[in-house]
Amino acid sequence: MYFLKRLASLVPLLLVISFLAFVLVRLAPGGPFDKERKPASPEIERQLQAKYHLDQPVWKQYLLFLGGLMQGDFGPSLKYRNHTVTDIIAQALPVSILLGAVAFAFALGVGIPVGYFTAVRRGRWEDYAGSFFSILMVCIPGFVVAPVLIMMLAIHWRVVPVAMWASPAHVILPVIALGLYFSGRIARLMREGMLNTMQSEFVTAARAKGLSEHTLLLKHAFRLAVLPVVSYSGPLLADLLTGSFVIETIFQIPGIGVFIVNGSLNRDYTMVVGLVVLYAALLVVLNLIVDFAYTLLDPRVKYA
Amino acid sequence: MNFANRAHVICSWARFRFVVLACFLVATGCFRHERPADVTIINGNEPESLDPHIVTGVSELRLVKALFDGLIKLEPTNAAPVPALAARWDVSSDGRTYTFHLRTNAVWSTGEPITTDDVMYSWFRALSPATAGDYAGQLFYIKGAEDWYNGKLTNRNDVGIHALDLHTLQVQLNSPLAFFLELCSFPTLAIVPKQAIEQHGDRWLHVRPLSTSGAFTLEAWRVNDKVRLRRNPLYYDAAKTASEIIDVLPVGSPNTALNLYETGVADIVWDKDLVPTELMDVLAKRPDFHSFTYLGTYFYRFNVTKAPFNDPRVRRAFALATDKHRIITKLTRGAEIPATNFVPAGVANYSGAGGLNFDPEAARKLLADAGFPGGKGFPRTTYTFFSASGGAKLHGKVGVELQQMWRNILGVEIELRQIERKVFYSSQSKLDYDISTSSWIGDYNDANTFLDLFTSTSGNNRTGWKSARYDQLIRDANLQTDLKQRAAIFQEAESILIAEETPIVPLYFYAGFNYYDANKIGGIWPNILDEHPMQFIYKRNAGSRVEGRGLGRETLSANAK
Repeated sequence: MYFLKRLASLVPLLLVISFLAFVLVRLAPGGPFDKERKPASPEIERQLQAKYHLDQPVWKQYLLFLGGLMQGDFGPSLKYRNHTVTDIIAQALPVSILLGAVAFAFALGVGIPVGYFTAVRRGRWEDYAGSFFSILMVCIPGFVVAPVLIMMLAIHWRVVPVAMWASPAHVILPVIALGLYFSGRIARLMREGMLNTMQSEFVTAARAKGLSEHTLLLKHAFRLAVLPVVSYSGPLLADLLTGSFVIETIFQIPGIGVFIVNGSLNRDYTMVVGLVVLYAALLVVLNLIVDFAYTLLDPRVKYA
Repeated sequence: MNFANRAHVICSWARFRFVVLACFLVATGCFRHERPADVTIINGNEPESLDPHIVTGVSELRLVKALFDGLIKLEPTNAAPVPALAARWDVSSDGRTYTFHLRTNAVWSTGEPITTDDVMYSWFRALSPATAGDYAGQLFYIKGAEDWYNGKLTNRNDVGIHALDLHTLQVQLNSPLAFFLELCSFPTLAIVPKQAIEQHGDRWLHVRPLSTSGAFTLEAWRVNDKVRLRRNPLYYDAAKTASEIIDVLPVGSPNTALNLYETGVADIVWDKDLVPTELMDVLAKRPDFHSFTYLGTYFYRFNVTKAPFNDPRVRRAFALATDKHRIITKLTRGAEIPATNFVPAGVANYSGAGGLNFDPEAARKLLADAGFPGGKGFPRTTYTFFSASGGAKLHGKVGVELQQMWRNILGVEIELRQIERKVFYSSQSKLDYDISTSSWIGDYNDANTFLDLFTSTSGNNRTGWKSARYDQLIRDANLQTDLKQRAAIFQEAESILIAEETPIVPLYFYAGFNYYDANKIGGIWPNILDEHPMQFIYKRNAGSRVEGRGLGRETLSANAK
């Protein structure tokens, strides 16, 4: 029931977000048809505005947009005039989802074990090495990691493709470049969570009961220690699934991230609003899934 | 089931293997298995459209020309107009009426014949306000076309485009036009498929198979991934089409473009913004780096409606204090040429008027005459440019260089103002700037494509400068049929523009840059319009995939010589 209510609240939330995006993007200076070359006649500009209803009051444009949205149509892109925003999402989103999902798995797969072992081996060399790795990954941005990886693995040794999106091998470098930063953050969250949990009373009690260290840490402490990572995973996954401008540009990946950034720079109003709505919907749904995961992991959490 | 048991089940080895295998299969299924292309070209950013009546960008125009022919096309070696869908044409003695005779063997890629009905439909579509093409004005040279566009004419017969029969088209112009044939090769006047457009509206380019009138068909168009062109076997000149499949990659990052080229994924990179300026010194020395003069000028504009730049002496002082050689040797470092004129060197039937050269002494004197000796009392002034990635990063560097020159020579302080591209063009149009960075690439090989910009009514003027004398000279030149006299009138106009009134200061002529290994790639000839029809491009030693391909090569090689 709780989750159904949360899902229902999604509708007014998305309406508010889409309206804000709709108005804000139009308030930005410059318009979609401001270009280096002016059309030969001012009439041409008027026609362009009329074709995309930009000559009408904003509220009317918004109602037209909502009418289209009801039918799953975000409207035509003002920059890519032969495509609708829905076309572009349909082409680019699956790519970003694949890249994002694999990067997410990579980030968890690296981050959780590193975090776990650095906490368990606190104060030993494994801790220092793991913590150094995680801090290093958090500090070095993707646009630095990516060219270094390309230079070594793709150009020097030629073991993986340099860019493009044509085979599973093309996924390797972007996933590493995208996932390393998040694996560092997850490792740090996991380490903190694990250290806190290891100091809690139930762990001391379990240890006093004579439970083996291995069972205690992996089966009892881990479940609570991983909660901060789970909380972080919702927005992280929404971020990863909607693509990364930097990684998509460097690796020439036909994902959605490029459109989020370029859409705003190009004042492609329909594109910006469509992608904001998509991102918001993803964020809300994934947060809901995170809350649901909490009930599975922590017996103290219950939603009425 | 408790957590430990669940974890145990999920992590069991058999399940793990199953999950890994499933992930691999899903990942593999997400990719297309396509035959490799014969030639792969990196062409700049994702095309905004492939509709010839809408596109305006250089990268889109290149692609569209491979798909849709006009009556005329440009010859690949020297970019001169040659017959395309029109086999021949007659021009009336007054130069105002062109009669085009269409090929009788020209058909759409889907097999239907191409007739004057298609030409009429296409040209009236380009002229329709509903199409909202930025370049509709290119047809305004035709009698009645502008009035038709603006709704002042309602009878189609009053517009100077008439089909005399299925293969004869008569076009009447407002006045003789020296570059009308070049204009006919421009995609705005290309022939597009009526049926697909009427049936599918703005989404007509998504129809497969798409009827095309050019050397290639559109096999795939995946946003930010690739455009795949396949040879159109029904094209009237298909025997000369040298490659079966050409992939065109939309890459906007110079570094990514270079990486793809270096690792052999791409065969050709052809966009001047796709050369990493940091590597220009190294790249320029390589044999596979080709630079050539190009029909484009980099310049800066003054807003002449505001003091102090409403005084031509101040504008001339700034022009005289601009060291163009320094900008090239220090910043662009390519094959650019310092611009003494606005119209680039090498344009057909014209040589420039000669503008203001670097002369610090004269600059200081002029500024003093204008009331600012040694720059004293000179108001706060900004140099506006837009932020951009790739080769366009240069705008800021040029700004810094100019700022320093004007400080050292004229004693004036200029502030640099970097704004977003869209805001920049909007500010420029509204004359919300003092000095702003600018560039112009010619649409056709004629001085008019540059000089026409600064007529009083041009939407691209953006300086606030109006000169009745200049307007009259441009009009006179375009009425003149004698090429020498026409050039002389243009020179007089250009002299007003860059030496007397100086609302703009040309900095350098662009150099075109392509990289491709000439030992591996054939069918590209340098020319001033950077016009390289994809029809003739092929990979050497790749085996003959296309019957009669050699014919095209030999003929063109002979032409090139």
